[in-house]
Parts: sequence; C-alpha cells; structure tokens
Amino acid sequence: MDHLDRLEAQSIFILREAYKKFGKLGMLWSIGKDSTVMLWLAKKAFFGHCPFPFIHVDTTHKIPEMIAFRDRMAKEYNIELIVHKNQEALDAGMGPDKGRLVCCKALKTDGLQQVVTKYEFEGLILGIRRDEEGSRSKERVFSERNKDSEWDYTNQAPELWDQFKTDFPKGNHIRVHPILHWNEMDIWAYIEREKIELVDLYFAKNGKRYRSLGCAPCTGQIDSNAVTVAQIIEELKNTKVGERAGRAQDQEDSYAMQKLRKDGYM
Amino acid sequence: MDIAREVLNIVVVGHVDHGKSTVIGRLLYDTKSLPEGAIDRVKKIAKEKGKPFEYAYLLDAFEEEQKQGITIDTTQLQFRTDKRDYVIIDAPGHKEFLKNMISGAASAEAALLIIDANEGIQEQSKRHGYILSLLGIQKAYVLVNKMDLIQYSEEKFNNIKQEMNEFLHSLHVYPLKYIPVSAFHGENITALSDKMPWYKGEPVLEAIDLFEKDKGLEGKPLRFPIQDVYKFDNRRIIAGRIEAGTLKTGDEILISPSNKVTKVKSIEYWVEKDKTESISAGMSVGITVEDEFFNQRGEFISHTYDAPITADTFKASLFWMGKNDLVKNKEYKLKLATQEVECEIYAINKVIDATTLENLENASQAKTNDVAEVTIKTKREICFDEFKNNQNTGRFVIVDGYDVCGGGIVTGLAQERQSVSKFSKQDDEIVVKCFDEYYYVLSEGGIKKVEGVPHSFNIGDVIPSTGVTYEYPADFNVVDIKKRLVAKIRKSKLQDITSFDECSYESIPSIDPQGAFIKIHSAEDFTKFAIDLAKLQQSENSKIAAFANEWFDFMKFRQIRYLNETKSLEIEYQI
Ligand SMILES: Nc1nc2c(ncn2[C@@H]2O[C@H](COP(=O)(O)OP(=O)(O)OP(=O)(O)O)[C@@H](O)[C@H]2O)c(=O)[nH]1
Ligand SMILES: [Mg+2]
Repeated sequence: MDHLDRLEAQSIFILREAYKKFGKLGMLWSIGKDSTVMLWLAKKAFFGHCPFPFIHVDTTHKIPEMIAFRDRMAKEYNIELIVHKNQEALDAGMGPDKGRLVCCKALKTDGLQQVVTKYEFEGLILGIRRDEEGSRSKERVFSERNKDSEWDYTNQAPELWDQFKTDFPKGNHIRVHPILHWNEMDIWAYIEREKIELVDLYFAKNGKRYRSLGCAPCTGQIDSNAVTVAQIIEELKNTKVGERAGRAQDQEDSYAMQKLRKDGYM
Repeated sequence: MDIAREVLNIVVVGHVDHGKSTVIGRLLYDTKSLPEGAIDRVKKIAKEKGKPFEYAYLLDAFEEEQKQGITIDTTQLQFRTDKRDYVIIDAPGHKEFLKNMISGAASAEAALLIIDANEGIQEQSKRHGYILSLLGIQKAYVLVNKMDLIQYSEEKFNNIKQEMNEFLHSLHVYPLKYIPVSAFHGENITALSDKMPWYKGEPVLEAIDLFEKDKGLEGKPLRFPIQDVYKFDNRRIIAGRIEAGTLKTGDEILISPSNKVTKVKSIEYWVEKDKTESISAGMSVGITVEDEFFNQRGEFISHTYDAPITADTFKASLFWMGKNDLVKNKEYKLKLATQEVECEIYAINKVIDATTLENLENASQAKTNDVAEVTIKTKREICFDEFKNNQNTGRFVIVDGYDVCGGGIVTGLAQERQSVSKFSKQDDEIVVKCFDEYYYVLSEGGIKKVEGVPHSFNIGDVIPSTGVTYEYPADFNVVDIKKRLVAKIRKSKLQDITSFDECSYESIPSIDPQGAFIKIHSAEDFTKFAIDLAKLQQSENSKIAAFANEWFDFMKFRQIRYLNETKSLEIEYQI
C-alpha cells in the first residue's frame, strides 16, 4: 500500500463506521475539491452506491459554475441531494456587506443548523482537514455537537484506536471527518490518480484560478497558469502561501475560525 | 510528492511546560515546513497578548491555549525529511488533559519524551512513560530540554538520564537515545550544538530518521473483523478492514465466534483499476463468500488454521480516564475492533500508581489516571488476540455512559474459561450436554462420556447436529425443564429461544438439554407433558427421576460406540 492507499482505506473505514452507527446520516457537499473527493470515497466505500443524502447549504452567493456542476454531478453520480437556504436571513437581506463573519454565521452556520433540525440528523459528514487551519487541527474524527450545534472544544471526548464516539444524548449530533488526516497535496495527488472530475474554477483562465472555493464575494483567485491537475500539483510544491489565504473570513481576527466553528460552522 | 514514501507517526510527550510544543514548533520552523505568514501571525498574537514570542503558539491554536500558555488538546502536523514523511503529534502535559494525551499518543509508533533539565523528572514524565508502555510504543527517545537553564551541564544531563532509565526499564521501556537540547534556542534540534561539545550523538532531526518502522502486518495470521454487510444490489458484500494478514479469492475462511466455514467467492470493487485477487492488512475491503450464512458486524474472519481466541473472560491492563471510578459489578460497554458487548469488571487484581509504581492489591475501584490490572467478563463470547501477538485485535476501549473512559490491552486468558456449551439469546441461556459423546471403552470395561468443546451458540449459529455417537434431525426443539425455556433448532441452526409457556405442539421432535428424546407424539401428549411439568415444579427433586423415566428416551438419537481405549478423545465440532 502506498501513502494514498492508506489515506483512502482509513477514510473508507470512517465512512462505513458512520453509516453503520447513525440512522440519520448526511454528507455535506460544498462542491469544492475536498467534498468531491469525499463523494468519490463514499462511492468506493459502498461499491458504487451512496446510501445517504448529500447536503448543499446554498448561500446563493456561490459562483454560478458551482451550481451547474453540482446539479450535473448529482445526476451522474445518482445521489440524493438536499439543497437548503436560510431563506429567512436572505429575505432580510443578509449578505457580506453586513459583515463577513455575520454573513457566514447566518447563511452557513445557521443554514446548516436548520438542516440538522429539520431532518433530525444524528451524523453529518464533513470534508475538513487538519492542515487547513488551527481549530480544525484540533478536531476529532467523530466530533460531538450539542443541540445548538455548539462545539465544546476545550473538553473533547477521548478518541483512540479508531473507536469513535457513537454514544451521545438525543438531540446532539456527531460531525464525522473522514479526510481529517489528509493534506492539500494529498487531495490533489488523489484527484490525479483517480481521475476525479472537478468544477472548472480550480483551473486557470486568463492567468487566474481558485485555490479554495467558497462564496463569490469572499473568495479570491490566485495568479496561476495551471490548467491540469498535474500542473496544480507542481505549482503547490513551489508555494509557501497558505491554502486559505484567499478566504476572507479566516483573516478577520486571530481566532475568527475558532469562534465560527464553536458555534457550529463546518 | 512521492507517494511511495514511508510515513512515521511520532508523539511528543512529557510533563506540563517541559517544552513539547516548543520542540515541535522549532522543528517545523528550522525545517521550513511552515506556510508563509505563520511566524508573523504568532508574532502578532504575542504582541496583542503582550507576551514574548512562543514557538508553541504554532501548535496551540486555541485562544484558551495561547492565553494560558498551555496545550489543552492534541494536534497533528506533517513535515518531511529526505528520508520520509512524518506526522508529529503534540500531546498536552497537564494531568487534567491525560485523555487528550492518550488520544494523540494512541496513533503513534514512536515517541519523544521531553524532560525539563531544570525541573527534572516530574509526575507526568513518569505517567506518560507508563502510558507509552501500555500503548505498545517501544521506540522512544528522551529529550532533556532547556539545557540552557543548566548551563548545558553534562553532569546534570547524566543524572537525569540515570534516574529516568531506572524508572523506564522497570516498565520494559528502553529509550534508544537521550538527547540534550534547548528547543527554544534551537540547540541540537536540526544541527549539533557547539554549546554541548560533549554530546556525541545526533541532533533530533537526524535521530528521528533512525527510528526503524514496524514491519507490515501482512505476514501475520489473518484478522478481518466484519464491519458491516451490504445488500445494495444483487451482491451480498461483507465489508471491513483487514487488521492483519492477507486474504485471497478462493481461500477457505472461518467465521468466529459462530464457527462457520466457507470460501471467498470474490473481492469486490467499484472502479476497474481496484480489481484484485489478494487483499491485506490496512485495506478497507469487501468480499462475497460461497455460503450465504447470516453474518454480522463484529464477527472475525480468519483462516481455518489460525483462528483468534474466543472467550468471555480475559485479563487486561487498562488505563482509566473516566470522571467516575472504575468499579466492579457495574455494566460497561466494551468495544474491541468492530465488536461491542456489555461487560463487567470481574476482578480488579491490582491498581498501580503510574508515577510511583506502587501497587494496591485487590482494590475495589480505579480512579481517573490510574492504571489497573483487571479481569473482564463479557456478556457473550468475543474474539480477540493477546496484545503481544496482535496489537490491533488485542486492545479495546471501555465506554461508561456516553464516553470512552478506559483503554486496555489483553494480557492473557483468565483461568476460569468457559467450561460448558450453551445456547444463548441475550439474557436467556440453556446449558447443553446434548453434544457430548458416549463410548464403551473396552480397556476400561465401562461407558465413558466425552464432552464436546465448550462453545456458546448464538441465534443464527449452526449447531453440530450430527456427532460420532448421536444424530439429531435438522429441525427439533430443546426443552430446558428447569428454566422453562425452549431453543428452536431449524435447518441445524439455532433459530430462537423462547419461553416454554409460549410454545404449543409442533410435529417435530423435542429433546432435553442432555439429548434425550421427549416422548411427545401428539397435541394431547404435549398438553399432558405441560401439566406434568407444572406439577413437577411444585414437588421436590425426588420426583424428577420418575418424571424422566416416564417422558425421556435417552437413546433415541444416540448410540454407544466401542472404543479400544480413551486416547485422543478430544472432539471438535464438525460443522
Ligand atoms: N529557557 C528555555 N525555555 C524553553 C525551552 N523550550 C521551551 N521553553 C519554554 O517553556 C515554556 C513551555 O513550553 P511549551 O512548549 O509550551 O511546553 P509544553 O510541554 O508543550 O507544555 P504543555 O503542552 O502545556 O504541557 C514556554 O514558555 C517555552 O518558551 C528551552 O529550551 N529553554
Ligand atoms: Mg504543549
């Protein structure tokens, strides 16, 4: 087994544990590279089937190509898709002009919380990775959230030998993180090896491309001429800039992500 | 990136404030493994907080951690040398966060134990050393840190080395190296320090490349715990991760503890390029088998010639991290590989203070942060190995309430092994002797009983309906007249156990747990039997023989065979 085989095997093991343990399980699909890799891993774990719904929390500020890609892939992969918007907040005019963190909280965190409550999810699969930023680096693979989706990060349950947390009071839910142990380079190397189709936005047009995909107003492009996965891998080898440098919400203050994530952000 | 590269997980442990996070931060900094801006961000935070710069902030990401200058939870970072990739795991040193230290250390293969040269060996230095030995981490270096505070003194370094060696050796932990360092000042981290010319070894960065990785588990006996069984399409796929060994299409396999034998029909895959005829340790796989038994999560697949231990009582060493004490006679949940079973602590043989190594014999409870030697009894039989033979299938966790509260390793079997065979369904249990064999032994001139290998049969398990000296039909009932329970055997499998009161006449034979035919031939017989049984229960034991003589025919399904002598009379079930 090589490095990617080991990462893949561990992720599949985690996905299967989640499927076995949670009656109500859903996977968050942000259309980005990480969650698209997870979709692929789920297909592998369940031999071509996807035995749980995929959830897209739509902020309506997503880049249009992402929505087109989402709908096409959902058909091709034959997956059940739940699209949810925090309509109330949108009707009240919520947008990044109200403050980036306020907007993230309303449209993503609260939107997600609404989905959890509505469908009574016990388990939510998310494609976060330890190398993304500090508070994620401290995450567990099975990470409990209370009924308000809050994360009690200073008092996390022990997790050892792949015996995950599967007992919790009703109303709480578990965030399952199958690719927590991957890094950005692993993701690209895996996409290259498995030939996974991605939304075009990752590939350079007119000297620019997205390295990380979020909402249009808060995600910047980087200068790049990489038009293939192999070229992206080459580019990453030679960069020292952090992956999420283009994500505005991370830069707001030193603990912005910690605060967002404490309240239930992905 | 070269994907064929080796990866080694190293955990950094030791007493609070001895410099674990600083060692890692400095290693990352000196090897230029940090993304742009990381150091600037830490400088900014230090300035905002009005504190001096700390490398530890690179790992201690939470605001609470930076404020208090303490690691609360474990984290993992990756970096690389020319030789291989590393996952370096930071563990908290504060006693209160031992559960987080263990969460981090449990996935490591090697360890760096940090000791502050100025403070010397402290409580958690020892406790962490003990935990390493329990986790089976044998590759360890001791880093004597903050050498700057003791003027880089060789003598003090040697004193610490001697004292720590004494402690660790008694735990069978043998540190491969002691390295004097000053993490904050970068001495002996990536390059040899000119402040300590007396040190003749390698700097940390070179030393970790010398850790030899464990050999793969592919060559060990096959252990494939069933994780789940899928029936999404016309395939019935048994899914799971291979914990040890190698499995090929066509291999004969044994499924334990139900004792079923079948063959691997196919190895399943989704994308064509994953097609294979051979799978091995570490892989998450799916197979189909030739005989479609009822399989379920928790069962172990092995080769027929190398089965795991099946038992319901075993000895273990465990560490306890629960808020509530670990006590005897309380119901806990035990998780071992994919098995989950209720268990109780049958005996606490010893409680050990992990820092003084003082023993408390026959204690009645273990407190948080204690280490204990216990005997555990599970509600039904489970499969496992001794930890020394197979780490993955020799360790388990104990859940109390909602949380994992203890972790343990199997050190051996308890003396009191199961000695009888039984049918069981949750709390209902019928002890059976119907699979015992009877021989007339010519050399001894008498009849001798040979007991079957003790085994627990659960619902769905195939039972040995044909022996050497007995033969039951495929469908029959076993009536336990004392417990008023009936075990229903259908197609030679244990289908159900119900109360006698819920049963009515069926046109198939019934036997008692000894194997005697119960002379019920009609519905009237059944009614009379029920009445007699009710009467029997109200009278004394002396009436049992009369009852048995009236109703039981011991020889109907049995015969007594001749044997020259009673050599090699151990019988195995042929199923
Ligand atoms: N003088 C000196 N101070 C050091 C050295 N290494 C670490 N320190 C300081 O020791 C303090 C504790 O260091 P940390 O790295 O946070 O210690 P730790 O072991 O990670 O602590 P916990 O994770 O909370 O258990 C910090 O203030 C460091 O700057 C060293 O080599 N020399
Ligand atoms: Mg620390």
